[in-house]
Amino acid sequence: MNVTSWVVWGFAATIVLTTLMAASQGIGLTRMNIPYLLGTMVTADRDRAKALGVLLHVINGWIFSIVYIFAFQAWGGPTWWKGAAIGVVHAGFVLAAGMPTMPGMHPRMASETRGPTVVRQLEPPGFFGLNYGYRTPLTIAIAHVTFGVILGAFYRP
Amino acid sequence: MRINDYALIGDGRSAALVSLAGSIDWLCWPRFDSPPIFGALLDRNAGSWRIAPVDHARVTRHYLDDTNVLETRFETERGMLVLVDLMTVAREEDKGLVPDHELLRHVRCERGEVDIAISIDPCPALTAVQPKPHRTLGLRWQTGSRLLTLRGDLPVGTARLRTGDTASFSLTFDEGPAVLTPLGDHARARIARSVAWWQAWAGRASYVGSDRDRVMRSALAIKLMGFAPSGAIIAAPTTSLPERIGAGMNWDYRYCWLRDASFTARALLSLGYVDEAAAFCSWLVHATRLTSPELDVIYNVYGNKPPAERELALAGFAGSRPVRFGNAATTQLQLDMYGEVIDAVSQLAQVTGELDLDTQRLLRDFGDYVCAHWQLADKGIWEPRGPAECRTHSRVLCWVALDRLLDLCERGIVERVDVDKLAEHRDAIRRDVEINAWDPELGCYLSAYGNRDLDANVLLMSWYGFHPASSPRMRSTYERICQRLGCGPGLFYRYDDSKLSGEGAFWICSFWAVEHLAMGGGTRREARRLFDAACRYANDVGLMAEEVDPLTREPLGNFPQAYTHVGLISAALSLEEAGRSVTAQRNPEKAVRP
Repeated sequence: MNVTSWVVWGFAATIVLTTLMAASQGIGLTRMNIPYLLGTMVTADRDRAKALGVLLHVINGWIFSIVYIFAFQAWGGPTWWKGAAIGVVHAGFVLAAGMPTMPGMHPRMASETRGPTVVRQLEPPGFFGLNYGYRTPLTIAIAHVTFGVILGAFYRP
Repeated sequence: MRINDYALIGDGRSAALVSLAGSIDWLCWPRFDSPPIFGALLDRNAGSWRIAPVDHARVTRHYLDDTNVLETRFETERGMLVLVDLMTVAREEDKGLVPDHELLRHVRCERGEVDIAISIDPCPALTAVQPKPHRTLGLRWQTGSRLLTLRGDLPVGTARLRTGDTASFSLTFDEGPAVLTPLGDHARARIARSVAWWQAWAGRASYVGSDRDRVMRSALAIKLMGFAPSGAIIAAPTTSLPERIGAGMNWDYRYCWLRDASFTARALLSLGYVDEAAAFCSWLVHATRLTSPELDVIYNVYGNKPPAERELALAGFAGSRPVRFGNAATTQLQLDMYGEVIDAVSQLAQVTGELDLDTQRLLRDFGDYVCAHWQLADKGIWEPRGPAECRTHSRVLCWVALDRLLDLCERGIVERVDVDKLAEHRDAIRRDVEINAWDPELGCYLSAYGNRDLDANVLLMSWYGFHPASSPRMRSTYERICQRLGCGPGLFYRYDDSKLSGEGAFWICSFWAVEHLAMGGGTRREARRLFDAACRYANDVGLMAEEVDPLTREPLGNFPQAYTHVGLISAALSLEEAGRSVTAQRNPEKAVRP
């Protein structure tokens, strides 16, 4: 494993991933903002949560890129299309398994079975994140595939 | 069955209608807008679950005090049967391992002996599979990963109960591994826990006025229409109950209308339900983010667009077809919604004293949108499918939007507002309304510019603070509206076309009129008389629909209706405020509030 290459391209891929997700929320494609969801795990202050969430997401993405690199090594070396394929699997996991289980891990997120007690909480994203807008799966898939493509194309073992 | 024969139970995510005959005729799981599990409300072949005496019975019913737990008493010649219906609820920390949803029914024979019939027949469209009976697991209907299970102390069919006999029946719904709920004492414990939850919730209300029973029933009904995971509040839990029998005016109301926002916030906040109001406003902000600065008319409970309208091959309530699922009113331009949303958030901000940066930006964007678009013709609050017009009510709500935004800015809650621009447009809207909406010949504010029709919604000008209710123009407007739109004791049509289309009196308009009178447009006694008259059309358990037939006095439209109930609460609050101000005038020392 080439640590320098991982540090550089893992960081670059995470920045692009974070930017794509923030932009897709900014232009109204989805209400999903994963950095914000991460940030609200540690603070209830919505404004601080955004800043903290970006930091957490970058660290998260950086660590996660190691998994991609191990997968490249096991698969005969990195290419852009292998990165894209791993990104598809990653996005599928996030949408199908990560989103529905998020209320169980997030201290400020309501579960789908909450009620009738009501407090101001984050809405549960639901299966494939569809509660945050019908185009949520698309934006998450594009962002994660791009993440994989960057790693696959630029990482050098 | 009549609409008035139904009572509502629910769990903060879904709701069911129980008839006087002991039949669950409407139940949508897992969400309000899901396809019905029981749909006999709209077609007797669309599924129901009935538990009732075989013999003819005299029926009375009531909700247990301050709860949404329904008790129906059947008195036959040979005995008395009591049926308790509820969806089980509990505090989040007390829930443990529970099914996604549970509808629990408990019967006890209080006197003599009663033969009861138990039948269940879920909607065939949803449960095309035959139920699989299981000795210990009960009757089970499975479609995909969804499992509906009925377990009971007695089998489906008939049974004889004697004094002291009891039986419980639990219908559960799970999307995943089923959680089997025990019966017997455990079922009674779940009933007790649910009663305790509702009473604790009702106990939080700060209202202590003379209309407590009506206000609390309305609050409890609204609570049943709230969707706890997101904070949304739907307009009604039903679809296609007709606004006029057999006339095709049947719509799906299981979604959230922004037009209800301001009244809903006022009702929740004034009763002390700040958590509910904060969750509702949070939903408003979250839901509108995707379309901002434009607003859709309707959102589903998660803030997405409702499905396209489609017609189902069902017989309809009292033969009123078509039965519609989904709603087509999503894409209309309705400028009043901007005032509703900003006013609702503004009411909450008065309590919390702050708004986060995203919400501030959203409100500023709405303000800019209003400045750029208030002169457009729109469809207005009633969503007519005809042409757009320059509607008085919409213009007034545009004024409200800018006025509240300026107020929030003045109090330092919203920053970076272009005060001069907003103030200029706000004042321009006022001039525009005073010049174009006032008809000096009629002595009345009109429904729309260049159109001499009347609309009861102009009475809200006082409620929103556009005009004092005591002003000559508002008093004169009220008189004209009474003459043209009044249609029976305590009843008003919403507009002139109502008479032509044959729709009923629009119930909330009665409460708007009460507000006008209570706020200085008349005497408190007049307001009280009108309020009592309007409340008289509620059914035996205090629930109200959207409209009332002025001839038969029967309710019309989807049932129960959140908008009508928030209207009642707001009117009751205004009556109390009017009472306090009368007391203050007579005896200033006694009227000082703690």
